[in-house]
Amino acid sequence: MAEPVVSLTNASKSYGTTIVTDVLRSVNLRLEAGEFAALIGPSGSGKSTLLNILGLLDRPTSGSVCINGVETTTLDDASLTSLRGTTLGFVFQFHHLLSGLTAAENVMMPMLAAKGRRTRAMEQRARSLLDRVGLSSLWRSLPSQMSGGQQQRVAIARALAMDPPLVLADEPTGNLDTKTADGVFALLREFNVERHVAFLMVTHDPRLAARCDRTIELVDGRIVSDR
Amino acid sequence: MPISWFLALRFLREGRAQSALIVLGAAVGVAVMIFLSALIGGLQTSLVAQTLGTQAHIVVRPADDVARPMIAATGATEVSARIERTAQRARSIDRWQQVLDRLSRTPGVTAVSPIVSGPAIASRANATRAVLLIGAEAARFAAIYPIRQRMASGVYDPSRTGCVIGRELAADLGVSVGDKLRLSAAGDASAMYTVEGVFDLGNREVNRRWLLVATRSAQTTLDLNGGVTSIELRVASVFEAESIAAALRSSTGLVADSWMVSNAQLLVALRSQSSSSELIQAFVILAVAMGIASVLVVSVAQKRREIGILRAMGTRRSAIVSVFLLQGAIVGVVGSLLGAAIGAGLGAAFAGLARNADGTPTFPFAISWALIGRSSLIALATGVLAAALPARSAAQLDPAEAIRNG
Repeated sequence: MAEPVVSLTNASKSYGTTIVTDVLRSVNLRLEAGEFAALIGPSGSGKSTLLNILGLLDRPTSGSVCINGVETTTLDDASLTSLRGTTLGFVFQFHHLLSGLTAAENVMMPMLAAKGRRTRAMEQRARSLLDRVGLSSLWRSLPSQMSGGQQQRVAIARALAMDPPLVLADEPTGNLDTKTADGVFALLREFNVERHVAFLMVTHDPRLAARCDRTIELVDGRIVSDR
Repeated sequence: MPISWFLALRFLREGRAQSALIVLGAAVGVAVMIFLSALIGGLQTSLVAQTLGTQAHIVVRPADDVARPMIAATGATEVSARIERTAQRARSIDRWQQVLDRLSRTPGVTAVSPIVSGPAIASRANATRAVLLIGAEAARFAAIYPIRQRMASGVYDPSRTGCVIGRELAADLGVSVGDKLRLSAAGDASAMYTVEGVFDLGNREVNRRWLLVATRSAQTTLDLNGGVTSIELRVASVFEAESIAAALRSSTGLVADSWMVSNAQLLVALRSQSSSSELIQAFVILAVAMGIASVLVVSVAQKRREIGILRAMGTRRSAIVSVFLLQGAIVGVVGSLLGAAIGAGLGAAFAGLARNADGTPTFPFAISWALIGRSSLIALATGVLAAALPARSAAQLDPAEAIRNG
């Protein structure tokens, strides 16, 4: 069996010391390369926390996270940062582009963070990614000069800048109208097929969840169904 | 371009208005520093130069005569005595040639001039004036005082029977170059001298009192054959005069007075001027630092989410710290360049505003590259230090929390 891009073993997360809130309770999860999975569940069920832990933005209170074969429990902050930059892509609900940077510069950021220095090759790659998401003409535009759908496409191009094996998407279409949402979803799907990138997408839209290969449902910090 | 430079420049560009204001704030601070330092430095230099125009940096002379009682108390006997202070007479420095030799070899001393001086009376027709007779070797004396540059008429190079006097004395006695006057000292010594030059040292009292003659003439008139009453010194660094004088006191056993002791009040005034200027500058720096820090603190608060995103995309904490330190440094450098230009321009304008009769500026302005460099370095350090706190808080943001809550 192939190495999973991510595997979570008995991961729990609780907050607080006097009043302890268990957000995740002993979650086990594996995602294989090229999988396209939806993460659903009611508000407060722990989806965002799970995504943060998988994205190495947060550490589980207990249990372990293994990304692309690397056990992360013992890694220090610098190693986590560099692993996150090279193996994970993020797409957020509100795209979260850097407002002072052009589309191409935003796409370049993960490469810049990894290499530490701006190069011409980065710019070329950023522009070819923008071309791929259908925004070749907007490479010099600032986020404020683009529509919501266009901004989300830039965010997707940015998530794929480092060719990560896994992209974590937190309601990537939550803020878009149905037509635009469909376009963005289709784009994610294309990258999944073309580049064999695994996606884990939090969504509240049952219509989109139904179009994923796998649906994981989280309720009260536990996986209640995985099909 | 390194990532921290790239982001620092983009952040500054994005907050253009804020950046411009804070750069301007830093520039005003640097301009004030440069302007104030240059003005006070210039004023002090000119004040010291004026004071030292008619004064040697150090004067070495024999110790005053003291009365030596013939009978001293020995423990068993008690002596009741009233000891009168002795009257001081003109005395020569013992073996002054050796002393002169030693003084001229002292590090920091640039010129030495043996002086024979004492009170005398100058008279012509009905006019009689008390003068200070100063006999010195012309070349050596001219190395201590700017006398040759200050000749109103004639030259300073007194012959055996020639003298050079100040403008006021010449007017009092009604003499000019070529005229004769009579010089008499205590006792009966009296001789005729020809006025060979008239000087103007810019000090009325000196112009009225000094009467310069050749060494031998003064020795004869004051009855000090072969002797000198003092040795005057010029040093390279005027503010080291007192420490050199102290060293000379202990090495020669003679009295050595520096200008710093005889002008103690001037020195106190200069020092308090300097410290008030430094105090003002310190507050200006503090204000600039607080300005830079507050803008960057606000910038960190505004950019919390973006910092979180950058961290999520693999940007290291150290790079985030650098982004904000660099912003502080850039503000400091650009502000100091602008401030140096404003300060120098302001100084030049100020110096040109008011001029003395001889064309020199009333407010002399001592601007130098060292001053500009120093102020720029202070501004740079201030910028970086002011940015330290915001930079630290930016790097410590929890990315997940920052992205979620902004």
